[in-house]
Amino acid sequence: MTRDLVVQFLAQGAQMTFVLLVAPLAVGVVRKVKALLMRRQGPPLVQAYRDLAKLLRKESVIAGSASWLFRTAPYLIFALTWVAAALVPSFASGLMFNWAADVVALVALLGAARALLALAGMDVGTSFGGIGSSREMMIATLAEPAMMLIVLTLAIAAGTTRLAGVADYFIAEPFAVRVSLALSLISLIIVALAENARIPVDNPVTHLELTMVHEAMVLEYSGRHLALIEAASHLKLVLYISLLVCLFAPFGMAPATAGVGGWAIGLAAWTAKLLFCAALLGVWEVSIAKMRVFRLPDFVGIAFVFGFLAILLAFLTRGVFE
Amino acid sequence: MSAELALADLLGDRPAAADGYVRLAVDGGTWKALAVGCAKGLQELSALWADGPVMRMALNDVPRALRAIVTLETDAGRYPSVAACHAPALRLERAMRDLYGVEPVDLPDTRPWLDHGQWPGRQANAPYDFLPVEGEGLHQIPVGPVHAGIIEPGHFRFTANGETVVRLEERLGYVHKGVEGLMAGVFVEQAARIVGRISGDSTVAYAWAFARAVESALGWTPPPRAVLLRAVMAELERLSHHINDVGAICNDASVIAFHARCTLQREDLLAVANACFGHRLMMDCIVPGGVAAELTPEGVGRIRGLLSRFEETRAEMLRVYDSMPSLQDRTVTTGIVSPELVRQYAAGGFVGRASGRAFDARKSFASAPYDSIDFDLKTRTGGDVDARLMVRMDEIAESLRILPQILGRLAAGEIRSDRPASAGGEGAALVEAFRGDVFVSVRIGADGQLARVHARDASWFQWPLLEAAIEGNIVADFPLCNKSFNCS
Repeated sequence: MTRDLVVQFLAQGAQMTFVLLVAPLAVGVVRKVKALLMRRQGPPLVQAYRDLAKLLRKESVIAGSASWLFRTAPYLIFALTWVAAALVPSFASGLMFNWAADVVALVALLGAARALLALAGMDVGTSFGGIGSSREMMIATLAEPAMMLIVLTLAIAAGTTRLAGVADYFIAEPFAVRVSLALSLISLIIVALAENARIPVDNPVTHLELTMVHEAMVLEYSGRHLALIEAASHLKLVLYISLLVCLFAPFGMAPATAGVGGWAIGLAAWTAKLLFCAALLGVWEVSIAKMRVFRLPDFVGIAFVFGFLAILLAFLTRGVFE
Repeated sequence: MSAELALADLLGDRPAAADGYVRLAVDGGTWKALAVGCAKGLQELSALWADGPVMRMALNDVPRALRAIVTLETDAGRYPSVAACHAPALRLERAMRDLYGVEPVDLPDTRPWLDHGQWPGRQANAPYDFLPVEGEGLHQIPVGPVHAGIIEPGHFRFTANGETVVRLEERLGYVHKGVEGLMAGVFVEQAARIVGRISGDSTVAYAWAFARAVESALGWTPPPRAVLLRAVMAELERLSHHINDVGAICNDASVIAFHARCTLQREDLLAVANACFGHRLMMDCIVPGGVAAELTPEGVGRIRGLLSRFEETRAEMLRVYDSMPSLQDRTVTTGIVSPELVRQYAAGGFVGRASGRAFDARKSFASAPYDSIDFDLKTRTGGDVDARLMVRMDEIAESLRILPQILGRLAAGEIRSDRPASAGGEGAALVEAFRGDVFVSVRIGADGQLARVHARDASWFQWPLLEAAIEGNIVADFPLCNKSFNCS
């Protein structure tokens, strides 16, 4: 029993470490794919790690008008996002903290991180930070309800809001193709694009101050604070990819009792899926223009509508499937 | 407001000088009446500058193909302000006031323009006051002069209501180089090098305009082959910057694949230019009296090869652009400039042509070799980012038509002629750069040195329109609008 507990503990620890370590690589893959599609050489895959290391070594410059919030926010944002990312089952479904890996808790953790970031963006009082925060909250007010609808749809299907439970349910019934799930998938992809500040919602590589959303909020950050915020945004990308993979393509994921061998297979499958999704994101970003800021409610609104339809259909068809 | 005077009535049938300009001295009343005529649309203001004790104003009457430079004796530096009745002259007068101390009487806006309080002896100037904006829920967003990207400095003061821009005010001139001062009292050869560095992306156009102005002042005739080679360089320069702009506009809408394709094509062109003329941007290749770089037959072959590759790129860009609604959604109806404003400001280049102003110095005041070349002056009427982008695509197509015609006419011969033994004189020229018409006027003293050189970029009449274009748009669309103007 004690030995089991230790193994479980180590497995959970491994997952937490692993998401942290692999996150910059996923970002590196997105950048590399984009560069290659533009016939450029692109930065090396490990560039994101180097950037973080560089930022950590650098001095953190803080504006004179910054309050305690500005200094503490990066740590809290990083911690909240890391916890959230570690909760999403990656290679195995039955880890130690899986009782906490509740989708509602996940939404709450991310929401708290976002609120902190938006406040920090406004804290120094620059106009760009204010613009960024206002745009971020506009997107969030639409993306968060959509996310909740998706969560509830899955909860209705699987009978639980625990991610591991949902994943187990889909592993057990992989061929139960349902309209409501397809709608949820589209909805979740849109939410993921919006939440991760990707094209067409935001452009992560732009230097145009006036068009930024996420970047505008963090313009004032530097040094280790910036490193933490960057690491948090890398983690968020991995989190959403893991979530998509865990819910809609859970094959290869090890069940709780699989032991080290099964976990190894699960780990390999998850890493492969993660990098594949990152590459797919790179292709998507090259092939579309960024939207006008005021068209974003329409785009993210689609996620809400699809989420709503999904939950409606889930209610209607429940009788048929159960 | 005094009565207006049309340039055509003033000039009557006075003969124009070799450079196409009629020169005459006027009194204060006529000066004012001409300015009112500009405001009424009877003629267009092309340039305004101080020259020692006099003020000069270049005026165009495009439909009648009339051009004139009128001169007014100032009263110890004081003269009636043109901007008081014709707003486009405002920044010109403010700049001349800063540089030469001339005092336009009744100038509506007496804040300095180029003088940022950084010049020796002038630091005591009062801080710059931005125009006041009043209203509920308005906030200001100061942007620049240092920007996140590597671009030229300029300060933009947005007043916005949420995301919607209520007013934009520009503050420019941070990198004023004092080129006109540098060129006073130097020899023509030195000045040619300075002129080529006023705006690096229009170096060919500036050098050509300067060369033509000097040549008409001295009665200097460049060899025919040199004139054709100048046009080759000018068209290559136009192609290079238009394709670059198209890519840059798309990049601002985050369509990076488009940008990459355009950059590759531009690089191809720059490499060909380097192989043919010895400089990627063809800087210092045009000199008064001819050109400094010979084009070999291999060079002609290289350019012909480039043209076919360029045509492929153009066709592909057009096809992809047409099939990309997400991109067109950004460009169509963004940043509209009204035809009235374009007419009032006589905005040249793609800014004017995208709002229906059919003006191109190559067509409207054609000089060799464009007077005998078959090409079209195409305009659009949308006035938005999309129209400005499409005008560029149209002009790329026209340049691709022009270049084979010029290359076909190249005959062996001299590329540079000797300077005639003339005392001096005045000359001016209007050359179409990729951005719009560049005006250069020179006055050469009896000692053979330049007494006064004035160069006016097309941007002087385009920047103010950007302020108008962004009104009512959202803050986030400004970079796209700005890039579609691409002012210097």
